[in-house]
Amino acid sequence: MNSGKITERKQKIKKNHIKRKLIFFAVLTALLLLTAAFAEYLCPYDPNEQNLMIAQQPPGASHLLGTDRFGRDMFSRVLAGSTISIYATLALVAVVTAVGTAVGMICGWYDKGADAVLMRLSDLFLAFPSLVFALAVAGVLGGGIHNAVIALAVIGWPKFARLARGLTMTQKNSPYIMAAKLSGCSTLGLLLKHVLPNIAGPVLVTAVLDIGTMMMELAGLSFLGLGVQPPVAEWGSMINDGRSMLQISPWMVLAPGAAIFITVMIFNLLGDALRDYMDPKRRG
Amino acid sequence: MLKYIIKRLLQMIPVLIGITFLSFAMMRLAGGDAVTYMYENTGTAVSQEVIDQARKEYGLDQPFLVQYGRWFAGMITGDMGISYVSNRDVYDTFIEKLPATVLLMLSSLVLTMMISIPLGIISAVRHNRWVDYLIRFLSFIGNSMPNFFVALVLMYFFSVKLGWLPVVTSENRLLSLILPTLTLAVSMASKYTRQVRATVLEELNKDYVMGAMARGVRGSVIVWKNVMKASMLTIITLLALSVGSLLGGTTIVETIFMWDGVGKMAVDAITMRDYPIVQAYVAWMAVIYVLVNLVTDIIYHYLDPRVRLSR
Repeated sequence: MNSGKITERKQKIKKNHIKRKLIFFAVLTALLLLTAAFAEYLCPYDPNEQNLMIAQQPPGASHLLGTDRFGRDMFSRVLAGSTISIYATLALVAVVTAVGTAVGMICGWYDKGADAVLMRLSDLFLAFPSLVFALAVAGVLGGGIHNAVIALAVIGWPKFARLARGLTMTQKNSPYIMAAKLSGCSTLGLLLKHVLPNIAGPVLVTAVLDIGTMMMELAGLSFLGLGVQPPVAEWGSMINDGRSMLQISPWMVLAPGAAIFITVMIFNLLGDALRDYMDPKRRG
Repeated sequence: MLKYIIKRLLQMIPVLIGITFLSFAMMRLAGGDAVTYMYENTGTAVSQEVIDQARKEYGLDQPFLVQYGRWFAGMITGDMGISYVSNRDVYDTFIEKLPATVLLMLSSLVLTMMISIPLGIISAVRHNRWVDYLIRFLSFIGNSMPNFFVALVLMYFFSVKLGWLPVVTSENRLLSLILPTLTLAVSMASKYTRQVRATVLEELNKDYVMGAMARGVRGSVIVWKNVMKASMLTIITLLALSVGSLLGGTTIVETIFMWDGVGKMAVDAITMRDYPIVQAYVAWMAVIYVLVNLVTDIIYHYLDPRVRLSR
C-alpha cells in the first residue's frame, strides 16, 4: 500500500514538472513572438540605414553585434529579420498543417475513391527529397519569400495528410461517432465537431515540432538567394551576405546564425514539452 | 524472394512515371518557352522564323504529352536535351558531376554511422545518467543548427582561424572533402543518434534481455550480440530514410564549399534559369531516393527471418 502511495506522489511531481516545463517554454515562445511582432520599435538603429564610415565594425558598446559591410547595425538587422523569419515560418507551418489535415481527414473518412487518388498523390510528393523539390519550385517561381513558402508548402503537406488520415481512421468507427451520426449530425459536422478535436493533439505536436525544421529550410532557400531579396533583413539571406566577409567580419554570419539557432531551439523545446504533456503514457 | 523483388519493381513503375511527369510538368508550366529563354541567354535578337524553326527542331511544337513521352524516353536512353547555358549535353554533364556527390554522400553516411551508432548505444545503455544527458544535449544542439551555418562556423575555425583545411575545394580532394562531410554529418548524426538511442532503448526493455540477464549473461554480450542484432534492421532503415535530407543538404553544402557535384550544378542552373538541367536533376534525385528506399526494403525483407520465413 505504502509503495503505491509513493509512486502516485512521484507521478504527481513528474506531471507538475512536465506542466511547468511546458509553461516555461510557452512563455519563452510568447516573448519571441512579441519581439518579432514589435521588432521595428525595438531596433536601436534603422536596420536599412547605410553608413559606409562605420562599415564592418566589430561588436562593441554602440553596435552590440557590430556592423555589416554597408555600415548597417547588425543588432537592428537581426531584430528586424526576426519578423519575416519567424512569421513566414509560422505561416508556412499553418498552411501545411491545415491543408494536410483537411486532405488526411477526407481520405480517412471516405476510404475509397478520394482516398486512393489523394494518397497516391501524397506518395508521389513523398518520393521527392523535400529540399530538392522546394529548390526547383522556388527557382521556377523566381524567388521571393512568398514563393519560397509556396515551394516548401507544396512538398510539406503529405506528411500531415498521412498523420491525419491514420488518426481519422482510428476515430471513424468509435461509438461516439456512431452516436453522433444517429442523432443526425451531418458529415461536415461530424468531421469538424467530433473528429477534429480528437485528432488535434498529435497533429498540433507534429506541427510545433516541425517549426524548427521548416525555419531552417526556409532560411536555406533564402541563403541560396531563393527567398527574401536584399536589402530586406532576413536571417538566411543575412548569412549569405556575410559569407564572403567571413575572414574579416565573422559576426556578420555568427549573429544571424545564432538567432536562427536560438529560435529553432526554443521551438524544438516547446515541441518536446508539448509532446510530453500530451502523451498520456508519459503523463502516467 | 525473387517474387517479392519483381512485385516491388512493378509497383515502382507508376511512382517513377509520376515523379518524372511532375518534374517535367513543373518546369514546363513555369518555364515558359524554352527557345525564347535560350535566345535570351545568348543575348541576340532573332526573328520569329528562326524561333519557329528552333521550336520545331527541339520538338516544342508538339503536344505536351508527346513532349513528355520523348523526354521520358530520353531519360532512359541518356538523351535529356541540351543545356541553355553551356550548350552541352545535360545527361553527360549530370553523369560527369554525379561521382563527386556520391562520394560526399557516402563519406557523410559513413561518418554519421561512426558517430551515431556508438553514441546512441551508450546513451541507451546509460539511460538517464549524465553521459546520456550530455549526448542528448549535444544532439539537440546539432539538430537546431541549419547546415549552412554549421558549414560557415566550421570553415571559420578550421580554415580561416587555424588554417588547417582549405576554404573551398582545392587540388587536394581528400582534405577538401573533410569539411563538407563534417557539415553534413553534424546535422544527420544529431538526428540519427536520437533514433538509434530510441531503438536500442526499446529493445533493451524487452523480456528476452531480462531473461538473459537473469541467466547471468554479461551486459556487454547482451548489448553487442543480441540487442544490436535485433536493432540493426531498424537502424539501417532509418539511415536509408535520411538519405532524402542528405540529398537536399548536398545542394547547400556543395554550393558553400564549391564542391563540383550535382547539387552545386543544380543551384547554379536555377540561378541561370537553365531548365533542362534543373529538370534532369529533380527527376534523377527522386529516382535515386526511390531506388535507395527500394533496396533498403529488399534488404530488410531479406534479413528479417520473420518476414523471410513467412513466405
